[in-house]
Amino acid sequence: MTAREQILSDIRGALGRTETSAAAPLPAPMLRFPNMDIGVAVSLFRQKLEKLNGKTMLVPSRAHVVEFLRPLLEGKRAVAANSPFVAACGITQMPGVQSGITDRDALRDACASADLGITSVDYALAETGSFVMLSSADNARLISLLPPAHIAVFPRSRILANLDELLSMLPRPADQTSSLVLITGPSRTADIEQILVRGVHGPGEVYAVIVEDE
Amino acid sequence: MPATPKEDFQKTLADSRLQLAIYSSTRRLMDHRAAVVAPEALSDYQELRTRANQIKSHTIDHLDHYLTELESNVTAHGGRVVFCRDSGDVTEFLVGLAKERNARRIVKSKSMVTEEIHFNDALEKNNLEVVETDLGEYIMQLAGERPYHIVAPALHKTRQDVAALFTEKLGVEREEVIEEQTKIARRVLRQKFLSADIGVSGANFLVADSGAVVLVENEGNARLSTSTPKIHVAVAGIEKLIPRAQDLAVFLNLLGRSATGQPLTVYTSFLSGPRREGEIDGPDEFYLVLVDNGRTRLLADPEKRQSLFCIRCGACLNHCPVYRKIGGHNYPWVYSGPIGAIITPQFHGVAQDPWLPFASSLCGACAEVCPVKIEIPKLLLKLRAEVTAAKQSTGQGGLERSGFRAWAWLMSHPKIYLSLASMGSRFRGMIPKIGPLRSWASQREVPKLAPRSFHKLWAERKRATGKTS
Repeated sequence: MTAREQILSDIRGALGRTETSAAAPLPAPMLRFPNMDIGVAVSLFRQKLEKLNGKTMLVPSRAHVVEFLRPLLEGKRAVAANSPFVAACGITQMPGVQSGITDRDALRDACASADLGITSVDYALAETGSFVMLSSADNARLISLLPPAHIAVFPRSRILANLDELLSMLPRPADQTSSLVLITGPSRTADIEQILVRGVHGPGEVYAVIVEDE
Repeated sequence: MPATPKEDFQKTLADSRLQLAIYSSTRRLMDHRAAVVAPEALSDYQELRTRANQIKSHTIDHLDHYLTELESNVTAHGGRVVFCRDSGDVTEFLVGLAKERNARRIVKSKSMVTEEIHFNDALEKNNLEVVETDLGEYIMQLAGERPYHIVAPALHKTRQDVAALFTEKLGVEREEVIEEQTKIARRVLRQKFLSADIGVSGANFLVADSGAVVLVENEGNARLSTSTPKIHVAVAGIEKLIPRAQDLAVFLNLLGRSATGQPLTVYTSFLSGPRREGEIDGPDEFYLVLVDNGRTRLLADPEKRQSLFCIRCGACLNHCPVYRKIGGHNYPWVYSGPIGAIITPQFHGVAQDPWLPFASSLCGACAEVCPVKIEIPKLLLKLRAEVTAAKQSTGQGGLERSGFRAWAWLMSHPKIYLSLASMGSRFRGMIPKIGPLRSWASQREVPKLAPRSFHKLWAERKRATGKTS
């Protein structure tokens, strides 16, 4: 008997049946989210992320993103995601920014030596100050993970109320991507004497640049 | 009550530095949790708990069904499910995989089930390098110890302990500033991540309808372990299942809050299979190792089965007056605190550590804070009954039984009782210093017997006043 057969048959035995029977239907999932005004969502998102020591800024339109980012990028090396929105904001044209990488090893090496990773997000969650990122050709996993700082640039319309609303829009994220990640503030640990330290493995600095007119 | 490893307990109780560390860490975790489950912070907290309990109960009752659903969805996304009965099966699979892929270095993010099966030791014996990457777990690995707490593995270590450990094991200069210690770990572990062949993770949840593994963490080491190496192996107990991705709304709202007082932890990863076509990074191969290691035995008892609902938040440890005094390492297995006291005897049999279900005041704090509503005190009582029954069937526990028989006889013979009581009051103060009450009295204020008993005073009063009642 294989381990698989044995485990399944032990389970059936313990539950008092000989065949796997279909499960009775579960009640509908419990998903609750307020219908949140976008202005409220933006300010709640900023408040929550800043409480976690993230930094947020509002820019009036795409055209203004570069001027807001310039001081942050001064003298730094950055890797930018291949997302159309990042390019449309003019970020990929900024000095020190590398973009358009499609090879895994090249991307890993670039991210491992960069000071900043710049991405967009697929959604953001107001109630927790979270970014939601789906891995794709536009969005690699490591850009928001390896560099010591992460900047996310996105239109305000991508902000949802909370996790429940996200799951109502994406009932089965695995249909779209191998990796969906929620990022809620800078990487942190409190493993030594419960003292909070940021940037243990992931970025210690997180910035949200919210484009107001879309 | 059965014999306990008293000397170890007493060592912990006498260590004032350790007592302060356990007390203040658990206190902080309690306060953080309380702030985010309060009605003004989360009005439907109780409803979420009820829902979580229902979903877990339903899933465990249909475990075979959901496991096969999970398996077919993992396969559909290009991953492979490997069923393992025990430690031997897991080692055999991983050693075989490493050999085939010519892999040597494994980076690993926190996983309790791998602690259970002594995963690191087994692989190291096969010449594989296994590196723990959660900061607390890394410290424990360097120290050669097992986790002190489910969510805070190095809770008992001070910055001085860590400084000494890093100097000894990593050859770095002594560094006592925690921020700098963290940087050292980041630097050392970053190189391990970038050169690892295989990343091993645990799983906080397994999602049947998606074939997905959900990982919850704050540091980013789980994301690194599952994104940098070309192979990702997730190792999980078969009970980690939930039916639907949408059920995460219930469980993620409870887990971070109960564990560390965070509405969401910093990173929540929802991973299904290897990277898809077009995705730039992520692993090329994905394996989900599903471990039984005794779990199917727990299923047989319809009441105790609920022990498998546990989502490993650690809240019951933080709130337990016993854990808060004796700490994590006095429990006989990797799971400590109230949840350890109910699952350890079920995995190992009640005979192995018969004192364990008795290591509780039954105050009920654990059940009150459990996010999935496991009835821990009730199960402790059930296990106590099993311990006692097992002892009786082997003819043990005779002293306790005859003691209670003697007591029953005495209570139904008031004259003899009274004369013994008056004798007792004459020898008061001596009683606890000898005999079976000695150790009980060593930690407590012994109640003083009055020089003259109430019965005597009453009788004298009646005589003096001449009243009849």
